[in-house]
Parts: sequence; structure tokens; C-alpha cells
Amino acid sequence: MNRLVYLIPLGVFAFIAGLGGYMLTQTKDEAIPSQMVEKPLPQFDLPPATDGIKGVSRTDLIGGEPKLLNLWASWCPPCIAEAPHLDTLKEAGVPIYGIAMRDTSEDVAAFLANHGNPYVAIGHDEISAIQFELGSSGLPETFVIDGDGVIRYQHIGDIREEHVPMLLELLEQAK
Amino acid sequence: MIPEIGLAALWLAAALSVLQLVAGALSVKEAPAGGASPFAFYARPAAVVQALLATVAFAALLYAFAVTDLSVKLVATNSHSAKPLLYKLTGTWGNHEGSMLLWVAVLALSGGLLAGLERRLPERTMQAALAVQGFVALGFYAFLIASSNPFERLPIPAAEGIGLNPLLQDIGLALHPPTLYVGYVGLSVAFSLAMGALITRQVTPEFARVMRPWVLGAWVFLTLGITAGSYWAYYELGWGGWWFWDPVENSSLMPWLAATALMHSVSVLAARDALRTWTIMLGVLAFSMSMLGTFLVRSGVLTSVHAFAVDPERGTFILVLLLIYIGGALGIFAMRASAVAEGKTFAFTSREGALVFNNVMLTAILAIVLLGTLYPLLTEAFDVRVSVGPPYFNPASAMFAIPMFLVMAVGPLLRWKQDTAGRINRELAALVAILVVAAVLIALLAEISVLALLGLALAAVLAIAALLPLRGRKLARVPTATWGMVCAHFGVAVALFGMASESAFTEEKLAAVSAGETTQVGDWNVTLSSVDAVAGPNWTAMEARLSVARGEGAPTVLNPQSRNFWSPVQATSESALLTQWDGQLYATIGQSVGVDDDGNERWQLRIWWKPFVTFIWYGGLLVGFGGLLAMVGRIRDDLRRRKGVQRREEEQADIEELNAGPRTLPEPAE
Repeated sequence: MNRLVYLIPLGVFAFIAGLGGYMLTQTKDEAIPSQMVEKPLPQFDLPPATDGIKGVSRTDLIGGEPKLLNLWASWCPPCIAEAPHLDTLKEAGVPIYGIAMRDTSEDVAAFLANHGNPYVAIGHDEISAIQFELGSSGLPETFVIDGDGVIRYQHIGDIREEHVPMLLELLEQAK
Repeated sequence: MIPEIGLAALWLAAALSVLQLVAGALSVKEAPAGGASPFAFYARPAAVVQALLATVAFAALLYAFAVTDLSVKLVATNSHSAKPLLYKLTGTWGNHEGSMLLWVAVLALSGGLLAGLERRLPERTMQAALAVQGFVALGFYAFLIASSNPFERLPIPAAEGIGLNPLLQDIGLALHPPTLYVGYVGLSVAFSLAMGALITRQVTPEFARVMRPWVLGAWVFLTLGITAGSYWAYYELGWGGWWFWDPVENSSLMPWLAATALMHSVSVLAARDALRTWTIMLGVLAFSMSMLGTFLVRSGVLTSVHAFAVDPERGTFILVLLLIYIGGALGIFAMRASAVAEGKTFAFTSREGALVFNNVMLTAILAIVLLGTLYPLLTEAFDVRVSVGPPYFNPASAMFAIPMFLVMAVGPLLRWKQDTAGRINRELAALVAILVVAAVLIALLAEISVLALLGLALAAVLAIAALLPLRGRKLARVPTATWGMVCAHFGVAVALFGMASESAFTEEKLAAVSAGETTQVGDWNVTLSSVDAVAGPNWTAMEARLSVARGEGAPTVLNPQSRNFWSPVQATSESALLTQWDGQLYATIGQSVGVDDDGNERWQLRIWWKPFVTFIWYGGLLVGFGGLLAMVGRIRDDLRRRKGVQRREEEQADIEELNAGPRTLPEPAE
């Protein structure tokens, strides 16, 4: 019995090492088919995440050209990593709507001040309700929404440089 | 030529680590009981010379960076001739290869120090420890030479270097990674000693006394490195925060947590001969966390704001090293631990009981941090990307930290082996009263979160409790090590106060102002006097002149900058700080946001007033200083004790000689 107790650390380590080894063999950033694709956006109406910017509701996203809906938070390091690429998308003329998760007005303002503001509007989702409805469990995530308010693509994880052309292509297709 | 000398030194050091491993291992295996093996001679000199060679290798790289030798690939990719000399030098470890060379150099130096200075252990245990140290070093030399050679030459020297991450051009960077590394890698000695003791079955109080100063030494550096790193991130990143739960930060926190637990449990082993296997386990765990941290940071399996070069081949190499060292150590532990007798028992209400409780709490916090750090990796294995942040780490770690702080207040007042709460009921009542009064007062005076409230109240309790062990004692007679404990525990209270105060009372203002306008934050008036373009050796910046005054007080000028570096191109925010005894004013300037109605350009200003934020780092320094005092005290006591033992032995020998010696005394006259 006693002996088995001393095996626990080894077991925990084996698990961690196995996980690390497995992840090293995986190429990152594979496109993942999402359950939400081809489904209409759920109903929501969110207050602004900070002063001086508009909130986001479902109706804002419907009509006109395709848009990006980006779920993020000021406390999420990968969101910092993707900030410059959102700026690139914005410069390419893509309207980007943000939803900040479990955040505070000050932190959102600070994030925008430090990492730029690519957003047309940012809603605040205090309890991750919309995140749940959108079938998203982590941050950041980005959705391509077409003019009819239908989700065309769900990008899980941070947007990296190599994803920018892909997203632009998807937005073009959604027209 | 110099880089080749560096590389040669590295190869020679690797060869010596093989000698150290083989000689150490053979002398453990062959040693006749009590006697010395013929191989025992080699391990110590091998470790010492290896330390010198690793230092030579590191010095060679420093030199290449100092003179910007652009034929060396690492210099060409990470440095620039226009950089100030100081930052050329600090650039040596601002990259993967250089920092790994520093890592290995510190590892060799730790081994050299151990071999050169430590004479107290049984020789067999010492040989086993040196063999382990050599074995660990060998793997990392191989890693460096095979996949991260810092001395690699370019076929054609580059015309100019391509710079250094401008965020890293800062004096904070000059200091905090080397300090952290000394702590991180210094724990290798604790690892080797623990393995040596386990292999030779010498887990004794004497062994604990030998191990203690080494643990304390590494722990002091780790504490100071984390403190400095936190301050560096605070003023250099310009985000106004002081801890981000970033994987890289967590990688330094986890060994610290393990080492803190180890430091306390090794004291229990030294004083009471209890917690034998637990101490060995923590000795293995602490350095394992250092190596795991190195893996997480260097392999790029996790996304971090500390962007390092990502290379799966290197990741695989480190993972294999991890499997050999951590897996091997834990495997030996699993086989041998049951053979180590469990040592003395004790009652729950005792000094040991309190220490064990807090050991468990520290380990639980370690598990929380480890889980949070690895969780994104775990979910990613199932193709889900998540980011774990303060909403998880803060409450989850507080859940264990709060009971830990409570026990920490009481523990030092308890006696060893067995005690009752009744004996210290007056102290207990006083501490509970402070806790309740402080909590109620703060709750009435300010509307703050529960965690911050608890933090402030606990800080008050801990500050008083830390000093209680001095009560009723002649201060001149209190041992240095006890002063160390008092100082470190008081430092925890100070840091906790700073953290809670920062999170509860920070005031923040984001404003767009034009020259001449004033904005308020807290009781400070901040006036933007002007914004000018300024230039440095390798950057240009927009610099704001802020005139800040507290209420009606005299104004002070602050100059935050928004800097643009050109090699490589990158923008950074240089914050400006005004430190007062009761807090810091923190100012950054953002972008230009157009013009106001009168046509004046408006600038984004972000100002924080952070009451008592500096106490976080003062506390960290106190904790580190306490560790230093404890180390000095322990070493001195130990030297004194050994001198005493030696003197007694000599006296004993004299007496025996007198009794047994030839009777030269004249026969008493008849």
C-alpha cells in the first residue's frame, strides 16, 4: 500500500510528460469544423464594454457586408498576441465587432490603449452567456458572420499572421 | 578565435561531467563500508574544473557580444553595433542559446561550489550527489552543443546585427534573469543531495543540516529574482499590473513554491528527524519544477507574452532530458522511499504540525498553478484553445493561501513535538481580535472585494504575529536564523498588504488631453505641459511633460514616453513613475487621438494612483533578506557546532592519550 503512494508523483509526471510529448508532435492551428457553422447567430444585446464605444447586439451584425465577431478579454495573453493581426484585418476594411468576457471597463480601456482598437463596437459579456450560446469555451475566438447573420466560420484560438489571408478569403466568400 | 575557445571549453566541461558521473557512481558502488574508493578522488576536482570551464565559455560569449562579433550567428541575429554597451552585454542572455549557456554555467558553478565547499556529508553520499549533479550537467551540455550552439559561426560575417527586442533593453533585464537562474538552477544542488541521500540511504538530520543552506541560498536568489522580475514587468510593460499569471511567470513561481515548502520541511528534518521522505520528495520536486519551467518556456508548447523562439526539436530534446532526470528521480524515489524509515512522529498541534499543514497548502497552490499553466496544453490536445487567467488563479490560490497565512501566524508560537492551543491562548485571542477588528474596520471604511479585505486583515495579523516569536526574549540573544524567520514572515505581511492595497484602492484614469489641460486621478492633478519628440541611441519617442501635484502640493515633472525602436521596428510604452511613501503614481502616454475644437493635438494619457503598491516589492526584498539571515545564521551555527565537536574530540583524544600513554611521570618516591 505504502509503496503505491510513492508511485503517485511518477504517475503525475508521466501524464504531464506524455501530454507535453503529444503536443510537441501536433502542428498547431488546424482549422476545426465547428458545430455552430451554418447556424444563425443567437439573440443578444450587450452593453458597451467601456466608455466611448458602442455595445453589440445581434441586429448590429446582420445586414450589409460580412463581419468578424471576436471574443476576447483583457486578461487573456493570446488576445494580446492576436491584437496586431486584428489591426491588419481592420486596415483591410473588415468591420470587427468585439465581445469582452468577464472584464472590467478599466481593463478593456487599458487593453485598447496598449494594443490598439480594431473594433467597431465592443459588448460586455459579464457571465460568458453569449460565449456559451456561441458554442465557444475558450478565448480568443473569432466568428465570420455573413450578411444574413449566419455563422460561416469559427476560428478557435488566436489569429496568427498566417490566418489573416484565410480569414479575408472566407469573408470574401461570405458576400 | 574567442568563440572557438568558448566552444572548446564547453566540450571539455561536458567531458569532465562524464568523468564526474562515472567516478562518483563507481565510488558509490565500490566503496568499502566506511572507507574511500580509489575512484573517489576524481569527482570533486572534475566538478570544480568543470565550473571554471563553463565560466570560460560564458565569458567568451559575453566577449563576442561586447565587441559585436558579427561572424557569430547569435550576435548577428540578436545584437546591433549601435546598441549601448550595457545592453550588448545583457543581450548575451536575452536569447535562447545565450540564456541556456547561462543556465548551464550556473549549473556547473553550483556543482563546483558543492564539490569545493561541502565537507560535512558522509563521503559516499557526497559522491552519489556529485554523480547526479554531473549526470544532470551532461544532459544540458549535450543539449547546448547539439541543438543550441551559441558559438555557431556564419559563413560570411553579417554587415550589421538585427537588434534585440527593445522591451529587453532595460536594466531590469540585466538583473532579473541571471538572479532567477541562480535560484532556479541552484536548486539542482538540493536535487543532487536529495538523490545522493536517497541512493545511499542517509536521510538523516545531519544530511538536512547540510542541505539547508544550499536550499536557502537558491531560495533567496529565486525570491529576489521573482521580486525584480515582477517590478520589471510592472514598469517596463506599461500595463500597470505586477503579476500576470503568464506561463513564464508561473514557471518561476512553481520552483519557488516547492523550494519554500522544502526549506521548511528540511528544517523539521534537521530539528526533529521527521518528514524524511517528504523532504526528499520536495528536493526532487523543486528542481523538477525548474526543469519543467525551462521546457515550457523553451519548447514553445504554450503561448506566452514572453515570446521566445519556438523550435519543436529543442522541445523534444528538453522533454527527453526531463524524462531521464525527473522520471529517473521519481522512479528511484518510488523504489527507495519505502526503505527510508518514516522518522519521528509528532502531534498535530505542534510546530511540526503547523509546518506540515503549510507544506501541504504550498504544495496545493503549486498544484493549482501547475494545473492552470498546463490546462491550455491539455485542452489543446482535444483541439480546444483556452486561456487561463486571474479569474481562475486568484480565487483558486487564495483558497489555500488564506488558511496557510492563518497557520503561518500561529505556527512559530507552537512548541516542537507536542503543544496545546491553551498554552498560547492569549496570543491566539490577540491575533483573532486583530483579524476581526481589522476586517470590520476596513469593511466599514471602504467598499472593496472580499479577497482584498481578507488580504488586508491577514496582513495586519501576520505583521504582528511575525514579531511575536521575539516577545519576552533578550533580543541580543535571539539566534540569527530566528531573526531571518521573523524578517521573512514580516516581509510576507508587507507584500500581502501591498498586493491587497493595490487591488483594492488603485485609481485609474484614461483621458485624452491637449497641452495645458489638467486631469485628476485620486487626489492628484495631472497637467500635460507639452509633448515633444526626443531621440535616443536606437529609438525615437514622443515624450510627454506631465506636471503632477498632489492636492495643493508642489508639482513634480514626469516624462512618460511612447518609444519607437528601429532595429527591429517595435513600439514600446515607457512608463514614468513617481514614488511616494504611500504609493506610486504611474503614467503612460498613448497615441495621438486627433485635435480638439481649438485645433490642439490631443494625447491619450493613462494615469494610475496605486496606494502602497511598492510594499509588494519591499516585502519581497524583506523575505529575501530574511532568507539570507537564516542562511548566514545556520552556516555559522553549524561551523560553531562542528568546532565544538572537533574540540571535544580533541579533548577526548588528549584525555585518552594521557590515560593510555606511556607513564613518563616519575614513580612517586617511596
